[in-house]
Amino acid sequence: MAEAFALKDCALIAISTGQQAQTLRELRDRIETTNQSCIYYHFWGGLLRPRFDDPEFQNDFAVWARHSIHDKPLAERLALINPTDYEDLEDLRTKVVDIIEERLEESETLPYVRASNNFYFVRSQIVVFDTGRRFYDPMELASLIPRLSVGSIFYHFIDARRRTQLGKDDFTEWLKGFDAGYEPLNKQIATIDPYFTTLVELRGELAEVFARYLGRKDGHDGQPAR
Amino acid sequence: MGMMASLLAEYEKIVGTDVIDQLRQLSGILSGLNVVHINSTKEGGGVAEILHRLIPLKNELGLNARWEVIAGNRQFYQCTKLMHNALQGNRVELSQELLKNYEETVRENCEELREYLENADIVFIHDPQPAALIAHYPVHKGKWIWRCHIDVSHPYRQVWKYLRDHVRHYDASIWSLSEFAQPLPHPLYLIAPSIDPLSKKNIELSSDDLDKTFTKYGLDPMRPVITQISRFDRFKDPVGVIHSYRLVREFHPIQLVLAGGGATDDPEGEEVLAQVRQAASDDPDIHVLMLPPDDHLTINALQRISDIILQKSTREGFGLTVTEAMWKGKPVIGGDTGGIRLQVINHHTGFLVNTPEGAALRIRYLLKRREKLEEMGQKARRFVLENFLITRHLREYLTLMVAVMFKREDRIEA
Repeated sequence: MAEAFALKDCALIAISTGQQAQTLRELRDRIETTNQSCIYYHFWGGLLRPRFDDPEFQNDFAVWARHSIHDKPLAERLALINPTDYEDLEDLRTKVVDIIEERLEESETLPYVRASNNFYFVRSQIVVFDTGRRFYDPMELASLIPRLSVGSIFYHFIDARRRTQLGKDDFTEWLKGFDAGYEPLNKQIATIDPYFTTLVELRGELAEVFARYLGRKDGHDGQPAR
Repeated sequence: MGMMASLLAEYEKIVGTDVIDQLRQLSGILSGLNVVHINSTKEGGGVAEILHRLIPLKNELGLNARWEVIAGNRQFYQCTKLMHNALQGNRVELSQELLKNYEETVRENCEELREYLENADIVFIHDPQPAALIAHYPVHKGKWIWRCHIDVSHPYRQVWKYLRDHVRHYDASIWSLSEFAQPLPHPLYLIAPSIDPLSKKNIELSSDDLDKTFTKYGLDPMRPVITQISRFDRFKDPVGVIHSYRLVREFHPIQLVLAGGGATDDPEGEEVLAQVRQAASDDPDIHVLMLPPDDHLTINALQRISDIILQKSTREGFGLTVTEAMWKGKPVIGGDTGGIRLQVINHHTGFLVNTPEGAALRIRYLLKRREKLEEMGQKARRFVLENFLITRHLREYLTLMVAVMFKREDRIEA
């Protein structure tokens, strides 16, 4: 019998670091030295703050490259970085710096372009709190997913990648603790790309995967998996 | 508690159960905390509007919140208005006499507020008017937070330096956008403002009420109405709006409404109003309306009967009138400045413009392409629902309070 799933929630508050960049070189220099939580914020923070739901680019560096430096190749390359591909934030930082340096070397004019709007480095504080809710049965959890706050989705599905040993989400970790194999469900959860989306959409995808799998399982043997 | 208990339930109908549940959980950590907000006016301006609702909501969530106002003479408001303009980048000199009166006024208010301020766990001081209060509490029990609602991206240095000498003593400050945040020796939190969907300014109105508004202000329901709602303030460029109107009139029989409420701390308003009246001359299709600060239902109705809303500011703190218009499903043509940029997503929820000519071009486009006008209006409303309602604002305040009360790490397990 697995342990109970402790449902948590989180809320994010943004903090200005006061650092800014006016040129691409300045951006590179600041990225190299800035606090890790800035890198985290500019890749993931967009999910938890006011943002248009159909963003052209998923991370703030790509948005700035496109709209303030007006360099489409750089914007496209930065936009394609999927932060979940990197072991930790240092690797992610190195990747961003590499892409910027590569582009600085390619272009003769880019190093001299002054941005129409500065890039402002922001970090964040995350407050994690326990909702007090506990789940013992995956069916029970599945039925609640559509009603979870986006903060809970962020904590258990995104933030978990920094906390868990395998760098996966909390649902997968929890399901591993059950005797009855949830492997197929875990595989389906793993196919959900946590990037290039919004938290509301992520919640919908998760709910669907759980419902589809457990519904079928329920139909087969008349009992939810234990 | 009966009436207040229903307040959260009312918001739940609009934003959903998950959002309200999250507020309850988060506020559980702060239960019983004494919180005091201080600003300089109970009516007029976005700050007062939001405090009217934020305080009862905090109380319903189990905090012990109150709102106090500092009072001053005409010279005091003259000084703080000049400060406000200087922080927005205007070169203004503050005489020693004005500053002395400012400090004296704050000191007088300090005595009346002492009981609340000394017992507070968290004190929120809004804008420059009461900022100097902290000078009278060099040692304080609670956390003091300065909330800046102004666009301070390019402040006039002399005046900012004066104010900074007060503000730097706070435990933290809050800014509406990262562009506005000024270097200070404490955490600079970023919180965008919000609107209240249940306030008179934003509640749904009957078609009968809307019909009456056409009649009351002599507007023709058969012709397009273009509206800018804002205080009569130079930074809102009302004269530029009239220029845009004239450029559109050649092609469309539009009517222009320029409606503004006065705030008790804005002595400059009348001068700008006179300039606007002169620019409007005798054109019967330009309606310049000076509305009392509490006439929220009229502003609501004017926004709803409009086809397009303008907010052609050259400087803007956040631009809550933009948010209000978007909530009513209207596309907004806004100045490419400050918080307008955060709300008007160019070509999605409206257009960002830099000149009266730019505004005229976009008005003509939207009047010609009605389907675009409708689509942008709907996107605008959804964008506000998810991001700029008071419930999101409240969540960020609560998060910030947990952060300043308990720890300063990046990650707080409460």
